[in-house]
Amino acid sequence: MKFTEEHEWLRIEDDLVVVGITEHAAEQLGDIVFVELPDEGKVVVKDDEAVVIESVKAASDILAPLSGEIVEVNTALQDNPGLVNDDPLGDGWFFKMSVEDMSQMDEYLDEADYKKLVG
Amino acid sequence: MTEPLKTPLHDMHIALGGKMVTFAGYSLPVQYQGVMPEHLHTRAAAGLFDVSHMGQVLIDGPDWDSVANWLETLIPVDVLDLAAGRQRYGLLTNDAGGIRDDLMLARRGDAAFLVVNAACKADDIAHMRATLPAELTLTELTDRALLALQGPAAETALAAYAPQLKTLRFMDVADVTLNGVPCWVSRSGYTGEDGFEISVPNDSAVALAQALLDQPGVAPIGLGARDSLRLEAGLCLYGHDIDATTTPVAAGLSWAIQKVRRPAGARAGGYPGADIIGPQLINAPDTARVGLLPDGRAPMREGVAIFADADAQTPIGHVTSGGFGPTLERPVAMATIDRALAAPGTMLWGEVRGKRLPATVTPLPFTPARFKR
Repeated sequence: MKFTEEHEWLRIEDDLVVVGITEHAAEQLGDIVFVELPDEGKVVVKDDEAVVIESVKAASDILAPLSGEIVEVNTALQDNPGLVNDDPLGDGWFFKMSVEDMSQMDEYLDEADYKKLVG
Repeated sequence: MTEPLKTPLHDMHIALGGKMVTFAGYSLPVQYQGVMPEHLHTRAAAGLFDVSHMGQVLIDGPDWDSVANWLETLIPVDVLDLAAGRQRYGLLTNDAGGIRDDLMLARRGDAAFLVVNAACKADDIAHMRATLPAELTLTELTDRALLALQGPAAETALAAYAPQLKTLRFMDVADVTLNGVPCWVSRSGYTGEDGFEISVPNDSAVALAQALLDQPGVAPIGLGARDSLRLEAGLCLYGHDIDATTTPVAAGLSWAIQKVRRPAGARAGGYPGADIIGPQLINAPDTARVGLLPDGRAPMREGVAIFADADAQTPIGHVTSGGFGPTLERPVAMATIDRALAAPGTMLWGEVRGKRLPATVTPLPFTPARFKR
């Protein structure tokens, strides 16, 4: 599992990359009340806006951590956005991407380095 | 950047785990446990808010008539007939009929006690001093903190210290001793719930706050829930829902202007912008403030453009405050829109991140007021 400095996690699962946010990010955002997910099939370039998370307080953007195609989104979040708070590393995932160049993953942090980042 | 100011409760907020932010020049807690649980707790039990950033101003004079008559030259409400021990909502207007600030005005004997917005207080005081008659005195009470205790458990919690407070009705004010300290209490607030606002000397504020937090059901509440509570209650936030360019009539605050100050009233006009506001009280202006309930789950926040239909080119208004309403468990918003489309039930469209989403004009407040009348 890899981590970005923007508090996303990336996990390789069946040749796809699953993306979500970390417990630290979910805690900072507070109660999440709405998640706007991208369309399945959307081709994104790294750093494109991929997801908008609305907490009670404010809206936050999640950028695509890699270039590739969004092949599946977590539709359970439409009815239950609180899954991101309850289980950010599991049921609170956002989307799965197919990525041609897996070496893009190399620039991201491993778990130990991410833990250092968030103290 | 200058250091934010601290209220007398600053260190207590930090000790309670408050997440501090700068608001109107003051360091204040945006939340302790989280906006959602604090909001729900206030509606279910009682919340304690530090609102010491707000301006507290005392205007005194030889008699009530001289204080009231002068205030009526600045504020379009009936000040003269305010009974001792009563409080009233008021507005400072400008020459264009816009709102300089909104405020609470209580009568304490022959003196008027005003509570004004933190961001406006310096301007308000300069504006008032500019015409203050020699026979009146105006004092900013920087030696007093302000607490709000709101929610269904507020009465029991406060009556533990002063049982006579149970007899106060909404917008009554009284001097009472709380926790051994003389305080000025009003039965009012900014949440739509029953509750009290308590002006207490700075040096006794922490002990009183701590004593109230020790009462059953009382929890500290931050600015985040204060905002979501007032939004569900349909109450205006100065600088957002109302400002120097919105008139009281456009803002849906005509109720604050009593008959005696309206055209043909015994003391009609005589305040800044009366030549604009007076006629609007007879012929409503082109815009109106309304409640909006977005149909889906996406919040419509401040600035979202509102359209009459899904394809219209020109917006008919915009959201002035919007977010998620924890009690309603759905997004809520207030908007300033074309009055022709302001009837409850009208379906409009808000543009959120490029998408038109439906929303329905809805009477305010979203949650029923639970004041003790």
